[in-house]
Amino acid sequence: MSAENVPCPSCGATHDPQAIDAALKTCPSCGYHYRMEPMDRIAYIADPGSFVEFSANLRSLNPIDLAGYEEKLSEAEKKARMKEAVITGTCTIENKNVVLGLMSFTFMGGSMGSVVGEKVSRALLKGADERLPVIIYATSGGARMQEGIFSLMQMAKTASAAAELDKAGVPFFIVLCDPTTGGVTASFAMLADVTLAEPGALIGFAGPRVIEGTIRQKLPEGFQRAEFQLEKGFVDRIVPRKEQRALLSRLIDLHTCGCGA
Amino acid sequence: MPNTDKLAKKLQELKKLAEESGLDVTEELSQLETKVKTASQSEQVWKRVELARHPDRPYALDYIERIFDDFIELHGDRYFADDPAIVGGLGFLNGRPVTIIANQKGRTLKENIFRNHGMANPEGYRKALRLAKQAEKFHRPIVTFVDTSGAYPGLGAEERGIGEAIARNLREFSQLKTPIVCVIIGEGGSGGALGICVGDKIYMLENAVYSVISPEGCASILLRDSTKAKDAAVMLRITSGDLLDFKVVNGLIDEPEGGAHLDKDGAAQRIKEVLVRELDDLCSRNPSVLVRYRNLKIRKIGHWNEGTE
Repeated sequence: MSAENVPCPSCGATHDPQAIDAALKTCPSCGYHYRMEPMDRIAYIADPGSFVEFSANLRSLNPIDLAGYEEKLSEAEKKARMKEAVITGTCTIENKNVVLGLMSFTFMGGSMGSVVGEKVSRALLKGADERLPVIIYATSGGARMQEGIFSLMQMAKTASAAAELDKAGVPFFIVLCDPTTGGVTASFAMLADVTLAEPGALIGFAGPRVIEGTIRQKLPEGFQRAEFQLEKGFVDRIVPRKEQRALLSRLIDLHTCGCGA
Repeated sequence: MPNTDKLAKKLQELKKLAEESGLDVTEELSQLETKVKTASQSEQVWKRVELARHPDRPYALDYIERIFDDFIELHGDRYFADDPAIVGGLGFLNGRPVTIIANQKGRTLKENIFRNHGMANPEGYRKALRLAKQAEKFHRPIVTFVDTSGAYPGLGAEERGIGEAIARNLREFSQLKTPIVCVIIGEGGSGGALGICVGDKIYMLENAVYSVISPEGCASILLRDSTKAKDAAVMLRITSGDLLDFKVVNGLIDEPEGGAHLDKDGAAQRIKEVLVRELDDLCSRNPSVLVRYRNLKIRKIGHWNEGTE
């Protein structure tokens, strides 16, 4: 999201875009977290130059022959400057090796089709195989309906891969970013050992408008926000961006065997 | 006469006229033919959606009482409540003890309020998981009947973590060391259906549908017109034939002529035959091998291009 001289949506203060960038795309006044692209995140999470992407060239096909899907993908590619809605790789965080996956909401709303499901699954399985902690930054509107039933099946696929990591006893950390909803919430995003969230992130299964349509009333202020999910018990901690790298590093240390083996 | 039949008849007349008059209208005719074909396909698909949602269509309990002996329903998730939108319990299938988990819709207004129109809350999925774990413990195979328009998109469902409940089921069902056979008997609606539809064998009744989003939802989002549900239903490829072609389901179960609601006993008998055959086979296999194959199968689903640098 471009923040160029636009007042902060939370406090209304106007800041120089550079000041916002320097604050990791947060409002220098109130700490409001703007949405952030994967490449910008890698810069503050990973040790400089350590990120090596894998499964970089996986591309979506059009499994249900939906008219216009290919065009939609090319548009998304240009808009997000990514080949798909998730990027996966290995990197170090304070010299500790990890698998890191990051989703982009700019790429078709971060929706999960075959490629997103496959790349997330490969990241989880790589973690299991090579005994590397897996960290995923999630943001998604849910399953990618343009791939029909295949997108629904990616929920089962990523959950199956998460089970593999679980059985291997390798830690899985997730950071829920604004927004994380639908099929991503109802699969790998809710299956981590430690579930972190960015301040103010919308996190839920059904989208707010769908719920309002069902119950025919307005949702209370703050419904489904990270702070609400913390209160309801579905998030371990809310972590501002500037504290994420240090916290992840400490969590990795805390998940190495504590019994001295 | 359905509209498409009228169109087809008109088309024949035009063809005849063209031949007699010697006019060349080949291109116009072929365009018309395509239109008629699309319209008739759309009507056929929509007929199945209507059958899947038919008010007289047998629901899970109609099948359970016809297929299993001595069914005993078990209630509650042990955390919050009992969710009547998902029923679960124990019974015998031809003498074999099994655990049954199923979406349950209501037929009357009163029943539908009680069953929440078959849209489960988190406690439904948690009850399903509790019973599934119990089945694993006692080496009972699991049969699930899937029939829901989706998980309940309500306030309480979100507060109690419907996303987490479904996610956990997907992970745990993938690992259960006991055979699981799932049958989509009506509507397979999105994550709410998938939450009890991970197993070794997935079957679909002929007129059941299985979809990532309802045709109405897809129409309003993708086509920006909620009245275009019929078109969306065709686009999404949600019929049993599509799902079999996609290898997302293992097999189809034919329904009695005109649909399962016209012969509930007959439909139940057909489902029973499949369940007996599949469980005879699956129960003879090593559970660890079952789990491995179940997961290999799940992880293969999807279409992508590996690409090059």
